[in-house]
Amino acid sequence: MGTRKGMEVSIGIAEAVMMADVDVIPAYPITPQTHIVEHLSELVADGHLDAEFVPVESEHSAMSCCCGSVAAGARTFTATSSQGLALMHEILFIASGMRLPMVMAVANRSLSAPISIWNDHGDVMAARDTGWMQIFVENGQEAYDHMMWAFRVSEDHDVLLPIMVNFDGFILSHVVEPIEVWSPEEVKQFLPPYKPPYRLDVDKPWTFGAVGIPDIYLETRMAHNEALIDSQKVMEKAWDEMAEVVGRKYSVLENYKTDDADIVFLTMGGISETCMTAVDQMRDEGKKVGVIRLRMWRPFPFAEVAKELGGRKVVLAVDRALSTGGCGGPVASEIKAALYPLDKRPQVVEFIAGLGGRDVTIGDFKEMYDKGAAVAAGGAVPPYEMVGVRA
Amino acid sequence: MSSLPGWKALPPGCPVQTPLSAANNHTGSWRSERPIWNHEQCVQCGVCDMFCPEACIKQTAEGFYEANLDYCKGCGICKQECPTQCISMKQEEE
Repeated sequence: MGTRKGMEVSIGIAEAVMMADVDVIPAYPITPQTHIVEHLSELVADGHLDAEFVPVESEHSAMSCCCGSVAAGARTFTATSSQGLALMHEILFIASGMRLPMVMAVANRSLSAPISIWNDHGDVMAARDTGWMQIFVENGQEAYDHMMWAFRVSEDHDVLLPIMVNFDGFILSHVVEPIEVWSPEEVKQFLPPYKPPYRLDVDKPWTFGAVGIPDIYLETRMAHNEALIDSQKVMEKAWDEMAEVVGRKYSVLENYKTDDADIVFLTMGGISETCMTAVDQMRDEGKKVGVIRLRMWRPFPFAEVAKELGGRKVVLAVDRALSTGGCGGPVASEIKAALYPLDKRPQVVEFIAGLGGRDVTIGDFKEMYDKGAAVAAGGAVPPYEMVGVRA
Repeated sequence: MSSLPGWKALPPGCPVQTPLSAANNHTGSWRSERPIWNHEQCVQCGVCDMFCPEACIKQTAEGFYEANLDYCKGCGICKQECPTQCISMKQEEE
């Protein structure tokens, strides 16, 4: 068992990236991600980490520089938030389409306008279909552990895709938590050095990112999609092996008090922990309620979601983003797609909660439960609700 | 139907592994019309060759010019620039 240290989660993420012996960090600071790259630049400047820190002039340049350094064969990390992720948008597709493994920590923050530095999942949901692997972590330990895990999965030759590790801005990025750090031996055991299958090499000139004429583009998209879907196997294997090394077992989704639950919440990210506390209190009141916390977002675990939710009466889907003018919540939309083929489907009651940093409290979860219980008792399914919005 | 690779055969990210291999792609399949030279009007000046953006027009042993239809996309710039207007464009389906 490793040493437990109290540290800010952003610092923990930076320390984990150092443990992963990253080679290149092209980064641009943006709230609330700044502490990660600030600390990494200090670690490089002070000689603790032998890496190239590239202070670029924008996030578009940060992601472009990441593509170049991975293509040259370097283990590469960056981090961003909100407008920064939006500015990277064009290059996100290029990183994944060129199948360049890299790790990006995304401290989730809402998008402007109006300007908001606070937390929701609007930024990453706008980057949902960029072809990256995407996971959500919910506490400091998960964030720390998943840095090593993310490099391992991303660089696996059966995957070769970039990955976003999403964690809630401020709610997680700026809190101090006890984090059990890995020993150098544990890192060595779990994370092999990056061996690119091919890279930019003057002695063996190749072209990366060439034009894909109509005769070939379709096949590249098929290959990319299949690789993303298949990455789940590599993720699961890496989670299993991480459990052997550090004793913490993670999975695609996790159940909390769901065994006999007719009504279950489905959450993603930091609010899962508030939801579990709400579930504890409602259990004390005799309510059969649980929570399923979704960790893997891309690829989406359709089979696991259908299996876990299929037998329930009501699913309370809690989204942290809004598909404006569309289905409401992007997570709920995916859940409904997973449930549609089933003969016996639960009702899905949808909530959009905590946009732009609005607090989501235990009381909010209890009210959501009451609305779900009314549907379970035969009431009509209401349209998606913006939790706490003033009339 | 084609000798092009299936999706499973592609290397991840589709890097071009052979320098100058773009010439293997016979992009003339995009063409909807082809240039025809009228040798009675042609003065063999070579302006068509100089302006061709694909560099696919070459002089023959007889001194006239012709397009390599493996690459000619039928853009018609040769016809536009020809000082004697000896080039006409012919629809491919004709």
